[in-house]
Amino acid sequence: MHNFNYHRAADVADASGKLTSLEDPKILAGGMTLLPTLKNRLAAPSDLIDLAAIADLKGVSVEGDEVVVRAMTPHAVVAASAEVQKALPALAQLAGNIGDPAVRHRGTIGGSVANSDPAADYPAGCVGLDATIVTNKRKIAADDFFLGLFETALEEGEVITSVRFKIPTRAHYMKFRHPASGYAVVGVMVAQYGSKARVAVTGAGPCVFRLSEMEAALEKSFAPSSIANIKVSAEQLMGDIHCSAEYRAHLITVYARRAVEAMV
Amino acid sequence: MGEFAIGQPVTRFEDPRLLRGGGRYVDDLAIPGMLFGQVLRSPHAHAKIKSIDISRAKAAPGVAAVLVNEDWATSGFGDLPRAEGKKKRDGSPMYRPHFPALAKDKVRYVGDPVAFVVAETVEQAQDAAELIDVDYEILPCVTSVALGSEPGAPLVWDDCENNICFVHLEGNKEKTEEAFAKADHIIKKRFVITRVTAATMETRGSIGHYDKAADRYTIYTTLQRALNFREELAETLNIPESRLRVVAGDIGGSFGMKSGVFNEVGLVLLGSKVTGRPVKWVCTRSESFIADAHGRDNVSDAEMALDKNGMFMGLRVRNLVNMGAYTQPGTDAGAFSNLGTLAGVYLTPAIHVDVTAVYTNTNIMRPFRGNGRPEAAFVIERLVDLAADELGIDPAEIRRRNMIPPEKMPFQTGLSFNLDCGEFEQVLDQSLEMVDYKGFEARRAEARKRGKLRGIGMSYTIEKAAAPGYEGAEVRFDRTGSVTVLTGAVTQGQGHETVFKQIVSDTLGIHPDEIHYLQGDTDQVFFGEGTGGSRTAALGGSAVTVATGKVVDKAKKIAAHMMGVDEVDFAEGVFTARETNRTLSMKEVARAAMSPKNIPQGMELGLNATAAYHTTKQNYPNGCHIVELEIDEDTGQVEMDRYVVVDDVGTVLNPLLLKGQIIGGISQGVGQMLMEHIRFDPQDGQNLTGSFMDYAMPHAEIFPHIDIKSHSVPTKTNILGVKGAGEAGCVGALPAVANALVDALSHLGVKHVEMPATPERVWRIMQEAKAGRA
Repeated sequence: MHNFNYHRAADVADASGKLTSLEDPKILAGGMTLLPTLKNRLAAPSDLIDLAAIADLKGVSVEGDEVVVRAMTPHAVVAASAEVQKALPALAQLAGNIGDPAVRHRGTIGGSVANSDPAADYPAGCVGLDATIVTNKRKIAADDFFLGLFETALEEGEVITSVRFKIPTRAHYMKFRHPASGYAVVGVMVAQYGSKARVAVTGAGPCVFRLSEMEAALEKSFAPSSIANIKVSAEQLMGDIHCSAEYRAHLITVYARRAVEAMV
Repeated sequence: MGEFAIGQPVTRFEDPRLLRGGGRYVDDLAIPGMLFGQVLRSPHAHAKIKSIDISRAKAAPGVAAVLVNEDWATSGFGDLPRAEGKKKRDGSPMYRPHFPALAKDKVRYVGDPVAFVVAETVEQAQDAAELIDVDYEILPCVTSVALGSEPGAPLVWDDCENNICFVHLEGNKEKTEEAFAKADHIIKKRFVITRVTAATMETRGSIGHYDKAADRYTIYTTLQRALNFREELAETLNIPESRLRVVAGDIGGSFGMKSGVFNEVGLVLLGSKVTGRPVKWVCTRSESFIADAHGRDNVSDAEMALDKNGMFMGLRVRNLVNMGAYTQPGTDAGAFSNLGTLAGVYLTPAIHVDVTAVYTNTNIMRPFRGNGRPEAAFVIERLVDLAADELGIDPAEIRRRNMIPPEKMPFQTGLSFNLDCGEFEQVLDQSLEMVDYKGFEARRAEARKRGKLRGIGMSYTIEKAAAPGYEGAEVRFDRTGSVTVLTGAVTQGQGHETVFKQIVSDTLGIHPDEIHYLQGDTDQVFFGEGTGGSRTAALGGSAVTVATGKVVDKAKKIAAHMMGVDEVDFAEGVFTARETNRTLSMKEVARAAMSPKNIPQGMELGLNATAAYHTTKQNYPNGCHIVELEIDEDTGQVEMDRYVVVDDVGTVLNPLLLKGQIIGGISQGVGQMLMEHIRFDPQDGQNLTGSFMDYAMPHAEIFPHIDIKSHSVPTKTNILGVKGAGEAGCVGALPAVANALVDALSHLGVKHVEMPATPERVWRIMQEAKAGRA
């Protein structure tokens, strides 16, 4: 690990100010990706701005037709929240299956979303559940937020403060874990909003994406058989030594179908 | 003694300390004035070192020394220990490359140490290592053992023809050829046994301390055999063993991997000599994947000859075994020392094995749990299943037909092993009963309804344990009558402390709380070898038993003398004078034995005793594993549902620890069969699995309950009657899981599944089989 300056931000404004004024700063949320990167000497930021002390950034609540998760809320809190379990069980279940217990108690929704790791679970939750990413500056629809591999719509000095999930009629998340890392090789969030359907896939591509063909099929008839034979092209997907793009494409169909099976 | 007696499920005495963070591993140790080392490793699998410029690194903050090959060459230290003794096919000696601790002129695998930086802090050493400029000329490389010995392959060592390190032949070739000529059926198959890494919980580490005033070296390190280690290292340092102290603290797993004198051991000692201060190096987790020795990695071309009744007539195996880029004593043993496992528990009269050991541009190899046993077990037990399939005989039945019956013991197998005992058919029957073999087809049909392909697979494997060798033990009484017990063994997590305390407690009647166990320090332990090859219960346990036996013999004489009788009885720690009601406890006698007035004339004071125990015969643990698993037809994902083991490891000293050993072994066998795999890029030789993000390890959640029963047939090859248990689980697991996978897919015409059977691999096998059938 290289040396860096450590700052404990007093509030979001303080964090945002430091983010724009310091030389090469990084926000430290749960540190689940950042700290291993630093330890392996793969990054050398000048400053870390820790959000851990900002009380406003913690907690979950149900507000109208939305579940609001504040940015520094650990996954374990979302998973264990009775409110979330009642209002949006698919989200509690998604959070409860991220990484391992250590990750779930340290890792935060804001850190996960801001990182846009292609294999993270939350991006599928955000896009599949029509979420809004709220920052200190604006509100961004999840559909517009995740731009690519580790790339988001966040601008300089912008700090995520909460994520607002739209409560669906029903929803379900299923993932196929990577044999080594445990990350999602394929994670599919299927949600039904009245006559509308959303199918969001993480793990398989460079960034979370929606499957409009499946959404259309489900809007016609919300049943496993509607999508069981929809093949996904492997062309834009990722591959590694454990799971090729072709295999991931196959798994998307299987897991989307299984998610629907679990709902109907 | 009572609850702590031999055979009792005593919980581990070491656990409260280890689980509360009280372990003393190398990295826990700090010596005043200590510096820290960082190894600069080759980023290339094969390259010429055109130049090294260390000037920037030397000038970096906190740097005390930057060492390169020249420093090693002029230090007076010689090669690291090198393998010896084997021959090539033409009878000429094996190829033994020189082995300096830092590469000379060329690097030969990704991770090959090139320079060693010593600095005030780890971070400073890391920073400085990044400032070393090495100019490499990249050369073509070879990492695959199958390609390594092909004509025209890049040469790891310029003067080593076809990369061949040595050739080993075993068995009776002529008889085997005859058997094949007469066979009704011949089963042929190429088996690829993948490369894996031990991934020990504690990584390797060393602290070197050269005491200039005393002109003596101390190395604190991770190892398995302290006294053997001292012998090998003293030779490298060109000093008598008396000027070298080797100390092992707690060791967090080794499985064979830590058994060698690695480069870094030499480097911390040289670093200490050069700087005059102790030097610590601890491997990081990331570094361990490219710096540790790996295990397995061989290709077996195997053939089995059978008659029309399914009786095994002969076995012919040709192995290519990867040696990596360098060899050390023991790094080559997996290629030849456990081939006898190929004979299995079967009557097969004629077996011949032809082994070629091959250098490649990969990490050096070391034994890994089983050290040739799981590899051989995989080959024979897969062949048996292939034969059963070919001849239409049930896998249990074909094994039963060919098993060596107890009345034929002792039995000279077709390949090396001379078995002393074993009741194989009884063990098989017990296993079949435990798994409900008869009910399997109903379970398969039920699974099919759930979209799952269920398979059952078995293995019956045998191995050698406690190869002829020796171990030392010492029982020291202090003046209060409490005891320190020392042996040459070095636990890496097996629980030596518990078992040795049980033996001392049981034989002397002293409570375990009053027994201190000491190991791993060559200045303390007088004699022995160490731990490895499933030897410690047999050899170390016997040595402790002999030592306590000497204590009892002497104590009886003293007790009789003290009580004024000719003879006393001894049981449960109490000496009883016959014909009187007088008694003395072992502690009382031990305390009394320190005073001349209490002992017979001419006797030495005290009850201390040592033993140097040796065996001339190995023992043969064996057992049957049966596993049932289900494959998800959509994804190829494998889920184990039942796992039963009946093991014959002779006398069981502690059933709790035995189960731990068996389960641990199974985990590593299952890991290799389903997911673990060190992979290299075939072009540039880079390790593609250099972290736990890419190197898949089995987690507890993938295992079903593992049902273990012991069928004990004590051996007479050691005084306790024990057979080794450390490697047995791993040996049986690989083929059992493989056989279950093939069985689950057999309706598709699948005959074999390569390891590791990752979900995608299994899915592709199913796709191809279905396409072939369509």
